Amino acid sequence: MGTTVLDWLDERLGLKDIVAFAKKKTVPDHKYSFWYYWGGISLFFFIVQVVSGILLLMYYQPGPNAYDSVRQITYEVDFGWLIRSAHSWSANLMILALFIHMFSVFFMKAYRRPREFGWWSGLTLLGLTMVFGFSGYLLPMDELAYFATKVGLELPKTLPGVGAVITELVQGGPEIGSTTIQRFFSLHVVILPLLYIPILALHLWLVQKHGNAIPESEAAKPESERRSIPFFPNFLTKDLAMWLIALNVLAIMASMFPWQLGPQADSLAPAPEGIHPEWYFMSQFQALKVLGEVFTGKLAIVGEYLGIGGFTLGGILWALIPFYDHDSKNGRRARNATYIGLAALVGLMVLTIWGYVGVS
Amino acid sequence: MSDKRHDPAEPGKKGVSRREFATKAGVTAVGACYAAAFGYPIFRYLASPARTYAEMAAITEVPIPREKVPGPGSALMFRFGTRPTMLIHHEDGSMVCFDAVCTHLGCTVQFQPEEKRIHCACHGGTYDMNTGKNIAGPPPKPLTPYQVEVTDEQILIKRA
Ligand code: HEM
Ligand code: FES
Repeated sequence: MGTTVLDWLDERLGLKDIVAFAKKKTVPDHKYSFWYYWGGISLFFFIVQVVSGILLLMYYQPGPNAYDSVRQITYEVDFGWLIRSAHSWSANLMILALFIHMFSVFFMKAYRRPREFGWWSGLTLLGLTMVFGFSGYLLPMDELAYFATKVGLELPKTLPGVGAVITELVQGGPEIGSTTIQRFFSLHVVILPLLYIPILALHLWLVQKHGNAIPESEAAKPESERRSIPFFPNFLTKDLAMWLIALNVLAIMASMFPWQLGPQADSLAPAPEGIHPEWYFMSQFQALKVLGEVFTGKLAIVGEYLGIGGFTLGGILWALIPFYDHDSKNGRRARNATYIGLAALVGLMVLTIWGYVGVS
Repeated sequence: MSDKRHDPAEPGKKGVSRREFATKAGVTAVGACYAAAFGYPIFRYLASPARTYAEMAAITEVPIPREKVPGPGSALMFRFGTRPTMLIHHEDGSMVCFDAVCTHLGCTVQFQPEEKRIHCACHGGTYDMNTGKNIAGPPPKPLTPYQVEVTDEQILIKRA
């Protein structure tokens, strides 16, 4: 009976062609293969975000009732705390997985010809995910959300001329209020998913088209010594095993460490001590803080320009790396690119840890 | 293309081995546990408002303060738990109360003092304004009546 149904569907949908194709496709197998799983893990957390986000939409109310609706989700709706906790934890795990994915791709030099668009679409996805995180963070409208967003939205204001206009447009007024939530909400649940999904499709298509890049140590070996495994079923099984691990980690974190809800945001209350953004914005925050200690008074603006300018320039250069290190023939450039990657990784980690140590 | 159907009688194929069967059964069992562990909270999450409504519906009486009571010859619509309910103050001073959900297909009914009836606009069902009995049109049953207790400060509506 099962096979008859499958045959019936196959005749109409060509399912066996897909399986045959997946069996032919191979994935390189070497001592760094572990790093190939992180894109898939990020994808898994994105799917969790979509599912848990849609569930949150069943009760969440943007606008003046935002805080109250999240309070209801957290304390009144059955298992609402768990859905919310899963959405928050998975958001953080997704960004972590994306960073690991980005750096492993970087060190495998998978940005080189012909994979440049894979690199760029991936960076775009990371950027959009961080905007997802920033916009989602405000939605519960508790004290931390309010002040973290306020600090974040102060940054564009330092841009001469257009800065204040940008902030007001994003905020929907001179202050963060219920119009801001409404805007962040439409960004978070409509605009970003609409942008995200086609770029994700492009990214996955490119990975499919060009296959996995191999690290230089592998490329140096003669073809006959390189090993690979079929995508289906071998790699897919391992991929799914990773997803299962990711699911278990998420379930443990979300249920053992439920995401908290602070007191309702009050624009008249002073900002709480030790206020800081989510960890993925910590390095920028800390850099600005350090520069603010160096450049004081009238020079403060110089520090802000240096900080914001530095991160913007760094990001642009990071995106342009395929033009610098474009093939394996230039050993010096390849080595330099690796050093740049190490410097970026260490720099981000040091600033982030420093930020946390400084706060406590 | 697909004329090679699975044939259990095919020589050389001894069906599923015991080991293969055990693996499949194990995977299915673990999968079912996961499905239950994730499905149950999601079901309860989605069913949560239904429970709140059930609690609302479980109430047994609703007080109506004097000042809200309609004048003679008119009616007050209010909620008894989750149900739309109708309190009619007749010209003679008597008060009756009915569940305002039409027994035909669930529209909310209205009091029509000029026609001296309770009417449902959806398919023209008509009920007696004193007893709630279905007198014309499609409704199969009378409207459910409530008990009305009048005191000096308030009117108490109770399940009959
Ligand atoms: C289509 C996908 C998504 C939908 C429909 C969605 C929906 C929602 C909703 C309704 C809320 C408000 C409820 C609440 O604050 O608990 C929320 C909050 C949030 N979202 Fe999303 N979301 C999606 C994707 C994402 C992604 C990809 C991220 C990744 C970073 C993310 C990060 C967050 C964060 C950090 C919060 C704040 C959680 C809290 O403190 O309660 N969301 N989301
Ligand atoms: S629903 Fe009232 S008459 Fe049909």
